[in-house]
Amino acid sequence: MRPQFTRLRAAVALLLALALSLGVVACGSSDDDSTSSSEEGGSAGAIVSNPKNANVNLTIGSKNFPEQEILGEIYAQALKAAGYKVKSALNLGSETVALKAVNTGQISGYPEYASTALTSFFGLEPEEVPSDATGAWEKANAEFEKEGLTAFEPTPFASANAVGTTKKFAEEEGLETISDLDGRSEKMTLYGSPECRQRIDCLAGLEKLYGLKFKSFTPVDIGLRYTVLEKGQADLSILFTTDPQLAAEKDKFVILEDDKHVFPAGNVIFVTKKSVAEKAGPDYEKTILQVQEGLDLKVMQELDARVELEKQTPKQAAAAYLKSAGYVG
Amino acid sequence: MSISHPVFASFGGAIEFIFTPQSSNVTGGKSVGGLSQTIELILKQLEVTVLALALALIIALPIGLYLGHRGKGELLAIGLGNAGRAIPELALIALVAALIGVGLVTVTPVLAILGIPPILTNAYVGVRQVDRAIVDAARGIGMSELEVLRKVELPLAIPTVMGGVRGATIAIVATATIAPLAGVVTLGDYIINASIYGENGRLAGAILVALLALILEFGLAALQRRLTSKGLQLKTA
Repeated sequence: MRPQFTRLRAAVALLLALALSLGVVACGSSDDDSTSSSEEGGSAGAIVSNPKNANVNLTIGSKNFPEQEILGEIYAQALKAAGYKVKSALNLGSETVALKAVNTGQISGYPEYASTALTSFFGLEPEEVPSDATGAWEKANAEFEKEGLTAFEPTPFASANAVGTTKKFAEEEGLETISDLDGRSEKMTLYGSPECRQRIDCLAGLEKLYGLKFKSFTPVDIGLRYTVLEKGQADLSILFTTDPQLAAEKDKFVILEDDKHVFPAGNVIFVTKKSVAEKAGPDYEKTILQVQEGLDLKVMQELDARVELEKQTPKQAAAAYLKSAGYVG
Repeated sequence: MSISHPVFASFGGAIEFIFTPQSSNVTGGKSVGGLSQTIELILKQLEVTVLALALALIIALPIGLYLGHRGKGELLAIGLGNAGRAIPELALIALVAALIGVGLVTVTPVLAILGIPPILTNAYVGVRQVDRAIVDAARGIGMSELEVLRKVELPLAIPTVMGGVRGATIAIVATATIAPLAGVVTLGDYIINASIYGENGRLAGAILVALLALILEFGLAALQRRLTSKGLQLKTA
């Protein structure tokens, strides 16, 4: 083989490797959901369109997994109903990308989990994240304010990681809380997302805070979190509290109570630039707070179910929510 | 251009990440990256690559050589080969993981599927293109069919066959980065988990995979030169 060919092949190889690695980056975006508490939300009342808003252009963003896309659609459609000119960008790869998009003005704002904001953006340890929604929001908002940003009040629902298993296994082993695993986890296999392995709000925390050791931890794609339980490959699997399967298949799957709070609470707060909020006028914040009032854990699971299990689009699910809750006519 | 350009700065961070453990926001104080973890991941990446390549060779090489020798099955060798390149690995790995579980048993055959097309096609073409007069002469001096393949066709086909093996290797080693999604922690761990390793870790992963691909490519090129019979080697003037 002549040297120039070798060099050409090497260059091609380099490009291929890079292209493939980047492809993986694009597909394997991080997925941070965090904890739960739910309260009944709900004074409805239709959104009123304000002609003053017609001159304001807004772009609503979200990260690229179903729950985020649904939230993005809900906010976008509600703001449209309030008279704004709204575009959406619902495919931002990770919180880092999303925050950058807010800062550069590419998007006006996007929904973020308060716990994710505090740990990813502001360097808090998960155990330092306040377990109540208001506390977490106030703390995050104070940090955002320093950077010319602001976060609106949190949603009723919170999303969090959770240790889940089949109902059958939980009953056989008498498991209700994560502490119940003490002394028995050595015989159990745990499956979770690749990033779970080293995160303190996931496997690392279960080992450190609960003192648990598992027979093995196997990283798998997030999309397989229920499959591995169903197939009997995993005894335990890391699930999310807002998972639709938990509502739709109550008799099949359960989550163990996080009695030592290793998974911090993640109510959703809408993050936007202060200057954008000022320019958009009072209806911006008012509309967002109004439409998220009805989003308790049950409603969010139901909306996730429509998209993840029934294959509706986030747009359809959001529209159905806005209509049934009476926000739009 | 000064070294403080952002691109170079991030390369510096990535190189540092490879050698020195870094702190991470989300691990509860445990540092990540560094040489020992990097070596562990590189070895895993190589292990998966070697296993998948071996499986692809065991399946594709005999079939390709046989079909080429017999001059039959061009449709199979070329058509199947080309069709095989269109299989989306990420979807396949998720599908196989859902069907048979995760771990090396899943990752190895899925990656092998990626290596089969180039090996099969090149083995077929390599043997097929050997001058028929030479093959006839070999038969004429009393060689058996197996001897014709082993002593005449294969040596003459080596450059083409090895081209297929090299292509397969590059594809496999690069794609082995998706293995952490199916239970095998390779260098892809650095790339997939930006929330743990940060952008430096992600870039470090990409750099390491690219380097591995290059090293394997040069290694196989050297092997190819040794395997190619002297009379066939192109001399640089």
